Amino acid sequence: MDTQSLTYLFVGLSFALYIGIAIWSRAQSTNDFYIAGKGVNPVANGMATAADWMSAASFISMAGLIAFLGKDGSVYLMGWTGGYVLLALLLAPYLRKFGQYTVPDFIGTRYYSNAARLVAVICLIFVSFTYVAGQMRGVGIVFSRFLEVDINLGVVIGMCIVFFYAVLGGMKGITYTQVAQYCVLIFAYLVPAIFISILVTGNPVPQLGFGDTLVDSSTYLLDKLDQVTTDLGFNAYTENSKSKIDIFCITAALMFGTAGLPHVIVRFFTVPKVSDARKSAGYALIFIAILYSTAPAVSAFARINFIDSVQNVEYQSSPEWFQNWEDIGLIAWKDKNEDGLIQYSAGNALDGTKPKFVEGEGNYGERLVSNAANQANNNEVYIDRDIMVLANPEIAQLPGWVIALVAAGALAAALSTAAGLLLVISASVSHDLLKKTFMPKITDKQELLYARCSAAVAILVAGLFGIYPPGFVAQVVAFAFGLAASTIFPALFLGIFYKRLNMQGAIAGMLSGLIFTSLYIIYFKFINIEFNYAQHWFLGISPEGIGFIGMMINIVIAIAVSSFYSKPPEHVYEMVDNIRRP
Amino acid sequence: MHKDYWRANLKILIILLSIWFLVSFGFGIIFSDSLDQYQIGGFKLGFWFAQQGSIYLFVVLIFIYVHLMNKLDKKYKDHNDEEDKY
Repeated sequence: MDTQSLTYLFVGLSFALYIGIAIWSRAQSTNDFYIAGKGVNPVANGMATAADWMSAASFISMAGLIAFLGKDGSVYLMGWTGGYVLLALLLAPYLRKFGQYTVPDFIGTRYYSNAARLVAVICLIFVSFTYVAGQMRGVGIVFSRFLEVDINLGVVIGMCIVFFYAVLGGMKGITYTQVAQYCVLIFAYLVPAIFISILVTGNPVPQLGFGDTLVDSSTYLLDKLDQVTTDLGFNAYTENSKSKIDIFCITAALMFGTAGLPHVIVRFFTVPKVSDARKSAGYALIFIAILYSTAPAVSAFARINFIDSVQNVEYQSSPEWFQNWEDIGLIAWKDKNEDGLIQYSAGNALDGTKPKFVEGEGNYGERLVSNAANQANNNEVYIDRDIMVLANPEIAQLPGWVIALVAAGALAAALSTAAGLLLVISASVSHDLLKKTFMPKITDKQELLYARCSAAVAILVAGLFGIYPPGFVAQVVAFAFGLAASTIFPALFLGIFYKRLNMQGAIAGMLSGLIFTSLYIIYFKFINIEFNYAQHWFLGISPEGIGFIGMMINIVIAIAVSSFYSKPPEHVYEMVDNIRRP
Repeated sequence: MHKDYWRANLKILIILLSIWFLVSFGFGIIFSDSLDQYQIGGFKLGFWFAQQGSIYLFVVLIFIYVHLMNKLDKKYKDHNDEEDKY
């Protein structure tokens, strides 16, 4: 079978599996729909959390990003795993003890205020939609590259699948499909990684191969990479190029943001006991660490393979994947010195960074771009970092079934995260907005119906984001984490650990974190884009890391404002005492 | 009784979070460059902490926490039957 039929087969089989699970685990009540009836085994919940967490970005983009960032890429590795320590120690067990359905539920009850609940709902919806847009786009890209269907059709197919199990099954359906999706995605990530590790270093464990010597040589892989990257004018692979304070703040913003992401937090509401919530966070991090410790190894292999297979190679005899990705528009080549050879080095190859393709072919059959060559350097290659993981099996010349597997894995990663996000959006609408605020009289059955309807609407909106991607998706990722870190995390953390915090303090804190972080990001990402570099940043902190400062501001303002108003009522003290009890 | 439980809990949190901070922000970022002079296999030590070691230690920290809290829960378990009533 050729690669494409294999891809159809793998993707088809995995989709059939997800639908089968959805039918088997339909939700009967709101309790099932929101938190899977609190009956999920902690290990299964750990797997579901891992799939929920690892998105199209983790699966497709992260290793590619690290391949080009080198040591600076550690911010993602530490940021997106270290947050689980905070989650396990500071939030998950207490919120599980609280025992309600949603994150705004906790904030509304703890701060005895529907205004606080509404602020939380707004932050939650904003964070979740930002995130879901990227997932649907990921589904579209995988479909168009591997199955050669139109991107939009790909998005629609993805929507139908998610619709089926999220609307029917709610949290219960999502949980068990996520368990299956975790298995698919981790297998799909590890198989090519192991193959490539053996090819490059002879060591079958990527985590060890990463620090091993190259095949037929006594040079360490990382030493070779340092040398090759500096020769080509890049920063040495194992050294930082960003400032320490910026790395510190980005890592912190990602960690606290991770701990504050509602779709991750609610996963811990689904286990039977408080002690299970702790254990479950541990399992979740094991399952996540399997991918996250492999990713930097994949990055290093990909970087070296990429350089080896294109540097000074004639375009006409360049590998097939090079031209395949050029067709999709994610690679471009401009022969600056007109020698017909591909030269790759530091700096942007083209003026205006992104290639604008035009009709026609160049002297060697390459696609023409209307951008002028950037004469400041000799680099001739534009490469989109997102393609590294998807192209990696092709670059390493692995068999077709591995490529098919990667496609199925990428879809599993994108769909599982999308479903988790859509569920928290629908729960916050049907439960927090309708049941708890505007329509308190509806019955459980009606609420379930509203929950299903809002899930359906959320899927449609997410699909539209995938079909008409707002140009700013990449820029707003900083937003999602920045806002989660500067609004949701401090409200939850202080709610548990600082009894004296009252409604006024919490709302002032959340609003100040929200406003400060949003303005800073909007200013540098949308208004004054040309000022977006270190000299203009506050203390040299980039918009990606500003959420950490936003969090500090939130905490200081919340405590200060709190002290001007009276203590929270007695029943809130009792509630906090109760969640602190073993 | 519950005050003691809470105090013991906070002590565990402070110790574990200090280690969490030390291995990631400390070894992986602040002191990373000076640790880079030591080598384990092909890894410079600071680089290894930033891209591998911190992740493994995070996992270990959570399981130490689970173990300590289960022990603590047992010690203070008097009337609660784990199922929350709030």
